[in-house]
Amino acid sequence: MKSLRLARPQWQDKALRILFTGAASTSILIVILIFLFLFKEALPFTFDPGIDKLFQGRWNPTSFKQEMFGIWPLLTSSLLVTFIATVISVPVGVVSAVYISEVAKPAEREFFKPFIELLAGIPSVVIGFFGIMVLGPLIKKIFYLDSGLNALTGALLLALMAAPTIISISEDAIRSVPRSYKEASLATGATKLQTIWRVTVPSSLSGIIAAVMLGMGRVIGETMTVLMVTGNSLQLTLNPLNPVRTMTATIAAEMGEAVQGDSHYQALFLIGIVLLLITFGLNMIAQRALKKFGARQ
Amino acid sequence: MRINKTLRVTLTGLLFAGLVFSFAGCGKNKEMEGILQVRGSDTMLQLSTSWAEAYMKINPKVQIAVTGGGSGTGIAAMINGTIDIANASRKIKDKEIEEAKGKGIEPVEHVVARDGISVVVNPSNPVRELTQAQIKDMYTGKITNWKDVGGPNHDITLCARDNSSGTYAFFQEHVLEEEDYSPKALNLQSNSAIVEEVAQNEYAIGYIGLGYLVDAGDKVAAVKVEGVMPSNETVASGEYKISRVLNMYTNGEPEGLVKAFLDFIMSEEGQKIVSDEGFVPLR
Repeated sequence: MKSLRLARPQWQDKALRILFTGAASTSILIVILIFLFLFKEALPFTFDPGIDKLFQGRWNPTSFKQEMFGIWPLLTSSLLVTFIATVISVPVGVVSAVYISEVAKPAEREFFKPFIELLAGIPSVVIGFFGIMVLGPLIKKIFYLDSGLNALTGALLLALMAAPTIISISEDAIRSVPRSYKEASLATGATKLQTIWRVTVPSSLSGIIAAVMLGMGRVIGETMTVLMVTGNSLQLTLNPLNPVRTMTATIAAEMGEAVQGDSHYQALFLIGIVLLLITFGLNMIAQRALKKFGARQ
Repeated sequence: MRINKTLRVTLTGLLFAGLVFSFAGCGKNKEMEGILQVRGSDTMLQLSTSWAEAYMKINPKVQIAVTGGGSGTGIAAMINGTIDIANASRKIKDKEIEEAKGKGIEPVEHVVARDGISVVVNPSNPVRELTQAQIKDMYTGKITNWKDVGGPNHDITLCARDNSSGTYAFFQEHVLEEEDYSPKALNLQSNSAIVEEVAQNEYAIGYIGLGYLVDAGDKVAAVKVEGVMPSNETVASGEYKISRVLNMYTNGEPEGLVKAFLDFIMSEEGQKIVSDEGFVPLR
């Protein structure tokens, strides 16, 4: 075997090298192309009707009187839903990850993991169905609302969808903490709980933050579920019990109707750019955090 | 059993005879083959699918793909040249005609059926009659409480379609008289989503195509508008005011398979499917 590998002609090495570099750069190229494409489609909007139209208070692109392209209601809806979903899914996700990696017996772990993986694999449209038929009516009853289609219902479902991402990545991070750290802590007389919260979790914080950011990325980009359960009302609100319409849902619901090259069409692309910038920002924060905590380790 | 069997034999015989006749009919013309793409109005989705299925039964070599997405979606797809027929439950807008002409597309309108839009409320809501002006004030946000229209003292939940729907645009044009919808209105994805919400929400009001009212059964209650209950008869006679024509748009005057399919739709058989689906036939 060894002699065979040595005998491999040099051009083969080169070809493989090019192949691998090419494969790795393709993703960069695609990201750049997507950016360029979004900007190309959205750019005319900045001249006519003008970028300031994007900051009006109302989104009403098909009005007979005055078309309005204000993204505030959409932006606040997206942020509201993402915020609530994160607040719910992060503690639940991190605690579950700690439990699975540190507390659970091997048999329990074998029992939980497949279920969490299964949860990650449920199509968003099915989660949406569940939201309309089960969770929505429940929320409606609990809060004495008229309608179960609102930001809270959407956020709860999104938390459910983000949890598997947060759990499995945090769990990997927690498990990769060296045994010697824990042993040292336990040897100084710390209890198991103290060891987990003061040693294990802090030393895997970089991984946990990355997990949270990826979870948030999933939440803010999720479309089908929010389209189905948040009620899609275009009011500007921060009340989680009101119906809202997120940026993703707006693009999905209206893209089909917009004629190519129309202001409405361009405005939808601008929303796409805003979304991309937000996820870009989230990634930057995650990278920064990773570096900072990585250095401390 | 016995009767059933006789019936079945008779029906099979009739079907066979029908097939023979239709093949004979085809023999006269050229037998149609090819693929048709039809897209647009969600309201017309069931209806168009039934037309397509019936037509494909007569012409087995033809394939017709029908998809929904909303009237705007269909018209946009036709302007972009990706489909043969656009279904639209509203008239094409001037802006769309301009855009089509810019791309060398000549939209031609074909009226294929009539439809009424019924305003629906939860069955537990005592309100069973509204004027068009009241409906307009509710949807534009001037009336926000049911007590102002003779109902309970409680906020109204407005259910509208999303803005790629022809029903949304038609309702805005003819009932709201081109005023803007209240931003509080829920923009729901389909007629059935509106039925679900109104069925679950005691204080909701919504609008759906007449065809969907039949399917909804007693989950929702239709409201009299200006004293007239929506039905096939009142829509056909023009007594019920919130009614419209359903259109199909083609690029230029139809020919070949597109023409054959449209002719089928206009035929007695095609129009019978219209009434089977809960819409109002042209004749």
